[in-house]
Amino acid sequence: MEKIAVLVEHRQDEVRDITFEMLGKAHQLVGEGGEVIALFLGDPSQKGLLDAITPHAHRVIAYLDTNLKNFEPLRYQAAFSQIFENVDCQLILMGQTAFGMDLAPAVAAKWEIPFTSDVVDIEASDGDLMAIRQMYSGKVNAKVSLKAGDKRLLTVRAGAFPAEDIPTVSGEVQEITGAVEGDFSARTFVEYLEAAVGDVDITQADIIVSVGRGIKDADNIPIAEELANALGGVVACSRPVADKKWLPKERQVGTSGKTVKPKVYIALGISGAFQHQAGMKNAGTIIAVNKDPKAPIFGIAHYGIVDDLFKVVPALTEKVKGIKG
Amino acid sequence: MDIIVCIKRVPETAEADLVIDGTKKAIETDDLVYSINEWDNYAVEAAIQLKEAEGGTITVISVGPEENNEVLRRALAMGADEAIRLTDPAFEGSDAYAMAKVLAAAIKDMPHDLILTGVQADDDGFGATGVALAQMLGLPYAALVTDIKKEGDTLTVHRELEGGLEEVDTLKLPALLTIQTGINEPRYVSIMGIRRVAKKEIAAKGAADLGLSENDVGLNGSMSQIEELFFPPVGEGAEIIEGTMDEKAETLVKILKERGGIA
Ligand SMILES: Cc1cc2nc3c(=O)[nH]c(=O)nc-3n(C[C@H](O)[C@H](O)[C@H](O)COP(=O)(O)OP(=O)(O)OC[C@H]3O[C@@H](n4cnc5c(N)ncnc54)[C@H](O)[C@@H]3O)c2cc1C
Ligand SMILES: Nc1ncnc2c1ncn2[C@@H]1O[C@H](COP(=O)(O)O)[C@@H](O)[C@H]1O
Repeated sequence: MEKIAVLVEHRQDEVRDITFEMLGKAHQLVGEGGEVIALFLGDPSQKGLLDAITPHAHRVIAYLDTNLKNFEPLRYQAAFSQIFENVDCQLILMGQTAFGMDLAPAVAAKWEIPFTSDVVDIEASDGDLMAIRQMYSGKVNAKVSLKAGDKRLLTVRAGAFPAEDIPTVSGEVQEITGAVEGDFSARTFVEYLEAAVGDVDITQADIIVSVGRGIKDADNIPIAEELANALGGVVACSRPVADKKWLPKERQVGTSGKTVKPKVYIALGISGAFQHQAGMKNAGTIIAVNKDPKAPIFGIAHYGIVDDLFKVVPALTEKVKGIKG
Repeated sequence: MDIIVCIKRVPETAEADLVIDGTKKAIETDDLVYSINEWDNYAVEAAIQLKEAEGGTITVISVGPEENNEVLRRALAMGADEAIRLTDPAFEGSDAYAMAKVLAAAIKDMPHDLILTGVQADDDGFGATGVALAQMLGLPYAALVTDIKKEGDTLTVHRELEGGLEEVDTLKLPALLTIQTGINEPRYVSIMGIRRVAKKEIAAKGAADLGLSENDVGLNGSMSQIEELFFPPVGEGAEIIEGTMDEKAETLVKILKERGGIA
């Protein structure tokens, strides 16, 4: 592959990490002599964001228009109508994020660009490419081929590629100014809402006892609380537990919840979907208790117990209480 | 308001020991238990709550074999009015793009003010069918929706972004939303409830009924195709603690002490 375009993701005047993760992978795929192109859509006042990007792209195509301040898919599509004709590339990368998930499938369908989503790796050989993606909540990987096409589109899972050590090149900025035209009133951005602040801030805790769907019922939460109390830690959870309101949303760990970095993270009955891992993989020590020896959580845990949490937790709590006397 | 909800029947795999079958392109499904895709269950509930407030009808659609009638009946028992099953051997191997084409072919001729899908299906995890479908139907859409308010022909929705941040958008009906888990508390479905709809006719439509050719759908009509399935490389992996329950707890306490896990 010679030319790869990466769609820059930015929000609230910050370039998001996924952008750099994609740029790094793009450099690796195009190799020497290839071209990494960054596509930037934004308001002219956001031009400063380009400073972080130009060093890592051979070319930056910046579409600057006051209508592009916030992410709005209809406006983005209108901008693409003009960009696609001018960008020569074989592959376009976007993030499998709230931004990319709201845009990429529509772009693929509209321009009939061969596409697949949530890719964790990309292999290029003999000018063709294979995407690796996960199925069954991370329990199985699939190698996927794409239909032939001048361009292809992939959305990339956040965290799949490192955001560090991206080659530095001298990027040339090509500005497109001129209004994005059309009637975009069918969907309009109104505002951002920040997350509510809860009574306990799990991001500050050194010790976290986290429960997943394996806890089975709201009535069982106290066994995790008892362990957390004995250890001097706090209780957190995976998404289904917050969805069911067994614990408040601000206790949720993961991409759509909090990112935590405690000394010790104990995962009870959590399978370890990547959205959960993203929020806790940097914990000092990860201990997982799960009945299923093939649960993905054991892939990132340091220690594991393959057993019923309802037996393990009371036994552990009792021992901890014993030494604390 | 006429609402259409797309629901998928998926295997429960969280606790199952998965086996890749001889073709290397699928998993063995004989021993797996199936249920409605979790996201779609929230979508059905969202439709019912809107209907309760606004009146109108709810039609649920599922693409798949006769067994999919189970999830359709479940949705009828929850409160949907009609159910349609789209089925054809030609649909097999469809990716999100081809699946969206199948759904679009059926929906374009049905009255619709609002279409709901799940954010993603638990099995293939594309997270793409809903937005592709909206594009094919030419509808405004929003993905990852966690709140819906309706006023006249305008919806105000919340979209879930990363890190607890939300985005508020307005949409003009007709529109399509992909529904995120946690948006509501799906109602309980009793056996009695399912029994009550057991006899309800569920129409089945094939490719020809939908005006689709074999090249539009299945592997031919897809943008992507599975070449091979394999288990994720394990990497370092966890050190598994063995022994009796007492020994396990003892070892854990030791680790916790060393690693600062006892404050
Ligand atoms: C856009 C998006 C954002 C998301 N954001 C997040 C997020 O921020 N955080 C998050 O966590 N998820 C998030 N998810 C959901 C994620 O994909 C998974 O669905 C979720 O993490 C699964 O939670 P779980 O591990 O608790 O449940 P499951 O996957 O159902 O796993 C339950 C586990 O418990 C084990 N178990 C059951 N009983 C026992 C027992 N008695 N003893 C021991 N083990 C037992 C099972 O073997 C299984 O591994 C998001 C999804 C999407 C699409
Ligand atoms: N076979 C199907 N039948 C009905 N709806 C489906 C089907 N496959 C996918 N969908 C819908 O598309 C959503 C997203 O699926 P996916 O893009 O495969 O992750 C699901 O939550 C469903 O609402």
